[in-house]
Amino acid sequence: MARAVTPRRKLITTLAAWAVALIIFFPVLWMILTSFKTEASAVANPPQFFSADWTLENYAEVWARSDYPRFFWNSVVISVGSTLLGLLVAVPSAWAMAFVPGRKTKDLLMWMLSTKMMPAVAVMIPLYLLFQRLGLIDTKFGLVVALMLMNLPIIIWMLYTYFKEIPGEILEASRMDGASLWGEIVHVLTPMALPGIASTMLLNIILAWNEAFWTIVLTTTKAAPLSAFIASFSAPQGLFYAKLSAASAMAIMPILILGWFSQKQLVRGLTFGAVK
Amino acid sequence: MSTQSSRFAARMMVAPSVALLLIWMIVPLAMTLYYSFRLYRLISPDRTGWVGFNNYLWFVNSPDFWLALFNTLALVGGVLIITVVLGMLIALLIDQPVKGQGVLRILVIAPFFVMPPVAASIWENLFMHPQNGLFAAVARSFGAQPILFLENYPMLSVIGIVSWEWLPFATLILLTALQSLSSEQLEAAEMDGASALSRFRYIILPHATRAITVVILIQTIFLLGIFGEIFTTTQGGPGSASTTLPYMIFKQAIAAKDIGRAAAGGIIAVILANIVAYFLMRSIGKHLDA
Repeated sequence: MARAVTPRRKLITTLAAWAVALIIFFPVLWMILTSFKTEASAVANPPQFFSADWTLENYAEVWARSDYPRFFWNSVVISVGSTLLGLLVAVPSAWAMAFVPGRKTKDLLMWMLSTKMMPAVAVMIPLYLLFQRLGLIDTKFGLVVALMLMNLPIIIWMLYTYFKEIPGEILEASRMDGASLWGEIVHVLTPMALPGIASTMLLNIILAWNEAFWTIVLTTTKAAPLSAFIASFSAPQGLFYAKLSAASAMAIMPILILGWFSQKQLVRGLTFGAVK
Repeated sequence: MSTQSSRFAARMMVAPSVALLLIWMIVPLAMTLYYSFRLYRLISPDRTGWVGFNNYLWFVNSPDFWLALFNTLALVGGVLIITVVLGMLIALLIDQPVKGQGVLRILVIAPFFVMPPVAASIWENLFMHPQNGLFAAVARSFGAQPILFLENYPMLSVIGIVSWEWLPFATLILLTALQSLSSEQLEAAEMDGASALSRFRYIILPHATRAITVVILIQTIFLLGIFGEIFTTTQGGPGSASTTLPYMIFKQAIAAKDIGRAAAGGIIAVILANIVAYFLMRSIGKHLDA
């Protein structure tokens, strides 16, 4: 909607937009600032913006007192693993639904999405008992499977809307040339669908990284990711604002940076193909 | 077009995900249903047996139930209204020709990357805390008493926190929709003397219907199960003031260690989710034709 506007109007809208964006971002900024203050400075009254005692000690202490690298590695394995496993199951399904649709395809998609409406708490006990029976409690594999299943409807839905945008004629042409179904997927579809798959992958890594219910319920120590780390950190530490902020920053920074770098693809992915 | 064999192959390709989701849905659901008719308390595991609908009766008759039901719907409805309305206003603002749109987007999207326990603890400690929070400092600088957010307005505070988390999602989807609107149409309307409000009502809003539908649908799915934000901040209190249905189930299972009653609550929550889904699909599903 780029229209010719007066410089004055542009200045006003720019200022207003920046003010709104900074308000939305401010809690994150304030947390990051607090993480670099001494504890006394963090709770000073009135609050200190520029006059605070800056320090790196909080990070050093959180690092020394907790096993951050292990939590970080668990987060990476669980979020990337569950996403890759999910894609493995979802790509063929979404492909089939997009290019060989049946009368029930739309109902099937809706049903898949509706499985996500079941509140996690409602099935917490049975799933816990089930995981216990299968020896999957506090294992990375168990969480990979759980988060994969949890996000599978979203993955399928997103891939479906991307695949829908690929013109069918191209597939027909390759079919005329005698390409097999598998050949179609590998040589024709994959190159065209790669951006969509990448967006889907990004969004699901973020969703899995930030998942904080099953990760806390189904892990104790060995397989606990950063979302469990932060939950355990805020509980016994009491009101150490600066350290809490440093631990929070360490928990969200990896995904914040990944998200910022990939925000173009991500925004496209977020719209579930429903918005052009 | 699609031959017999390709249709068979397509079915084989859909089968694994359908099978996995069926298992993922039906096995825990069946177990929950089973427990919901059983006496099953972790404190007295020896006493078991069928109790008919007693667990359900207890759950529905407990004084917290209707409050929890109301709170659950208030949370979903409140966050939806706030995020869609504010998201639309912010999207309209950012869609104007402004300097630094890329950086603006990065700032606005940030809350989406903050995991729920971190978001909740930032708001609880750094902002809403009655002594050390930033809001209290602002109130004091005006000579006012700090507001006891989590004590006096627990449900509104939780709605506020969750709205902050979901605002980027709504804003970005609505922004994408606005950016695909052709400017000629708007300019023509403007030349014809259409006011800003009627341009919004008759051109922008119809264009964004699908985007709004997606926002409502996806957010509802996530909002019905909100748990971590309440667990971190109010723990459902004070009293039961901010107890939602998921939180009430959690309390029965973990604090009261009554699996049977928690399971009955779980089944009730699933039924509620289905009712919400049904009305949602009936009212907005038609905009979703993919």
